[in-house]
Amino acid sequence: MQWEVVIGLEIHVQLATQTKIFSGTSTAYGAAPNTQASAVDLAMPGTLPVANEQAFRYATMFGLAIDAEINRRSVFERKNYFYPDLPKGYQTTQLAQPIVGPGHVDIRLENGAEKRVRIHHAHLEEDAGKSLHEDYHGMTGIDLNRAGTPLIEIVTEPDMRSAEEAVAFARKLHGLVTSLGICDGDMSQGSMRFDVNVSIRPQGTDQLGTRTETKNLNSFRFMEAAIHHEVERQIDILEDGGEIVQETRLYNGDRDESRSMRTKEEANDYRYFPCPDLLPVEIDDAFIDSLRSAMPELPDAKEARFKADYGLSDYDAGLLSNNAATADYFEATAKTGGDAKLAANWILGELSARLNAAELNIKQSPVSAERLGTLVQRIADNTLSSSGAKKVFEALWNGDEADVDAIIDREGLKQVSDTGELEKLVDSVLADMGDQIEQYRAEDDPKKRKKLMGGFMGPLMKASKGQGNPKLLNDILQKKLEG
Amino acid sequence: MHDKTVAELARDLEQGTVSSVELTRHFLDRIRQDDTRYNSFITVTEDEALKDAKAADDRRARGEATPWTGIPFAHKDIFCTDGVRTTCGSRMLENFVPPYDATVTARFRDAGAVCLGKTNMDEFAMGSSTESSYYGATVNPWGDNLVPGGSSGGSAAAVAARLVPAATGTDTGGSIRQPAAMCGITGLKPTYGRVSRYGMIAFASSLDQGGTMARTAEDNALMLNVMAGFDPKDSTCIDRPVPDYTANLNEPLKGLKVGLPKEYFTDQLDDRMAGQVRAAIAEYEKLGATVQEISLPNTHLAIAAYYIIAPAEASANLSRFDGVRYGYRCEAPKDLMDLYTRTRAEGFGEEVKRRILVGTYALSAGYYDAYYLKAQKVRRLIQQDFIEAFKSVDIIMGPAAPTPAFGIGSKTDDPVKMYLEDIYTIAINLAGVPAMSVPAGQIDGLPVGLQLIGNYFDEARLLNAAHQFQQATDWHTLTPAG
Repeated sequence: MQWEVVIGLEIHVQLATQTKIFSGTSTAYGAAPNTQASAVDLAMPGTLPVANEQAFRYATMFGLAIDAEINRRSVFERKNYFYPDLPKGYQTTQLAQPIVGPGHVDIRLENGAEKRVRIHHAHLEEDAGKSLHEDYHGMTGIDLNRAGTPLIEIVTEPDMRSAEEAVAFARKLHGLVTSLGICDGDMSQGSMRFDVNVSIRPQGTDQLGTRTETKNLNSFRFMEAAIHHEVERQIDILEDGGEIVQETRLYNGDRDESRSMRTKEEANDYRYFPCPDLLPVEIDDAFIDSLRSAMPELPDAKEARFKADYGLSDYDAGLLSNNAATADYFEATAKTGGDAKLAANWILGELSARLNAAELNIKQSPVSAERLGTLVQRIADNTLSSSGAKKVFEALWNGDEADVDAIIDREGLKQVSDTGELEKLVDSVLADMGDQIEQYRAEDDPKKRKKLMGGFMGPLMKASKGQGNPKLLNDILQKKLEG
Repeated sequence: MHDKTVAELARDLEQGTVSSVELTRHFLDRIRQDDTRYNSFITVTEDEALKDAKAADDRRARGEATPWTGIPFAHKDIFCTDGVRTTCGSRMLENFVPPYDATVTARFRDAGAVCLGKTNMDEFAMGSSTESSYYGATVNPWGDNLVPGGSSGGSAAAVAARLVPAATGTDTGGSIRQPAAMCGITGLKPTYGRVSRYGMIAFASSLDQGGTMARTAEDNALMLNVMAGFDPKDSTCIDRPVPDYTANLNEPLKGLKVGLPKEYFTDQLDDRMAGQVRAAIAEYEKLGATVQEISLPNTHLAIAAYYIIAPAEASANLSRFDGVRYGYRCEAPKDLMDLYTRTRAEGFGEEVKRRILVGTYALSAGYYDAYYLKAQKVRRLIQQDFIEAFKSVDIIMGPAAPTPAFGIGSKTDDPVKMYLEDIYTIAINLAGVPAMSVPAGQIDGLPVGLQLIGNYFDEARLLNAAHQFQQATDWHTLTPAG
């Protein structure tokens, strides 16, 4: 049977506010455990929450970016359950009246077609702390630094039909929230976490199958793998005549395994009710309009501009515009380098490959945009050959602190482009290669001629100590051989 | 000295006829001698108090005194006090020392008042007799076998016994007014949002309100001057100017429109209580007030709505007491579930557990609409009753409690009987309006309270009406024989 995959996502996005959603404690990542946990965050008796206005601004900006209805009145509710890293014994979240109503995000598929993913709603809530199960001798350590970090939880409609679509959506969303500046987008620190709802149904049917939810996936790669894994698991069960159990599952990306966390029957009754410590929040048109007028350029607009202003291809413009940090890096590199296409090639080629291999994001790049720009400039003005450029890049990547030009001089990478000098060089090399010249001139097959031509370039480059401009050498050589 | 009011003591301090250290020693001596009988304090902070008294005298010498500088008083043990154990009447917080002050605590501290200790209360303010305290029941100074009312029974008893001239209280369903009535003192529950709840351990967040307990209306006004006002740490605290509550105390009451809800004066009301209340109202007529019958048609729904909403909120508010971060933790938990269940089974008393169960049930899937949502609708109807009533009257009057103080142990076996103690006070919390209890008579030698209910933020008018009554009567000056 042909199966259709149906996917909906719930995405937790940590908002880049300075302080927590209900207290004045810093949200900075990486502090010693429990050093960023105030009396309010610890849920000490009598303490009370006060909502962070910046979190409302960020949530509203997100709503505007996805063309959603912004609810003028939103209500925090208590979601009750016991867990050691949930200090109050309830999570303060929004349910019936979230800040962001229905909206949509358009994604581009592999085949170039556009697809609309509908957003059901997005709501504000607080993050929990962390339970640390290792290194505590059979006990559990609790770190409440993260407790109270503001999140928006974005809930999509079940509009995606493959893991690839889900990843395309996730990347688009990542680009959106980072471009808005409402999230640092650092997935390794949990700034964006995905819950994936997956069901399958026979191709051509309308009714949704029973779904499972795989929780807390924090990379695009794991999300894609988890969906593939879950789809195969469900197909196996159904094709063996079994039934899918509605349940929450955990996926282990390192082992490509998943296990049931709890079934629907075991699910908590969260006993939601409006939080009496927080009044309903009313926002007005002026609040929304002020944010609307200050919205930064979003990826779609940026992509169009990159194509128009820099002459980039659809593909390059799409890749460079989706991530705000990458886009900024590109524009800075292009500005210094002067040649935008060359800058794009270097960023999407060599730099991306090296960053990926080192598991770094572009903000952590050891090569600054300015330095890469200078490198691009030296390639564009023929100072460097491509092999020379690679050597300079290598030095920059490894933290060489010298100027790009100083590295070129030091390493003797400056290309010789003086045609008079190069002509003398060609003459002297050809003088010892009479047999090969004869052979070349006698050859009629253009393919074979091209190959024989390569036989001259090696000795030429060697004679120029690798500094001859290969393009010019090639031109001169051709002229001499034909002559 | 201990028979003097806060206002009188403030004058003495100002005139230099007594020092704060002397006053503080005197009241501490009284607590040491007499409180073994009343058990009105959970914690007495003798050393801190004497240090604060010395600091108050120094401050006065520098010419920086406020009306409260050097005045001894006490806090209900529900207000967090930085560095001083705060138990909320529970085993759960037997060893809990908060590293912060409640906003109310901080305001008295800033004014230079001298806190002598933390008063007894029903556990987590759940009760009407101060018998559910883990630290033992408080005894009413008017009779060794009588309860002081609750939940602020420790504060009421301490003031009635002249162990302190004033004490803070909190009122979720009557917890200031009912014990004030039973101990023959004056108590005020302000408008919801008038006094910050920050650092006041939550029972039912939408109903809890800190307030004042002292012998006279004037002293209540002096307390409210310190306590009232906006607090950015409490989102439900209202940003609205605070008047000087003593400014209008002496206004004549001529033309004051008093409403008597017919729902309060039914044959359910004890005859003798009705007689006392009517006599007090006759006194108001003598003072120039006009009296009319009004209706609060949804009164009969108040207790039912309250006993859904308050336990529902409490069930969530008390989830934080889980043995993980502070407070009581059971011995040697086997695993997480064992930690939770034994900590909470051992740390909470029966009444608290009963209300957590009721609240949890009321919020459960399938019951939410029938209970919680319906109770919230009733609550709006009750609010509407008061809004309507205050279109035609200035103050609503009635009994504060159905009976005078009852015997210790006489209602502990029947929770519903205990809940009916708050039949005249609960609707006021649901509506959020301010109300007072003023001593207004006696039955069999035991004090009876008249309840004055005001419009939103009309505390000054209530205090004025109570003060004028106290100028004309001496019920508030009667002292228990002990």
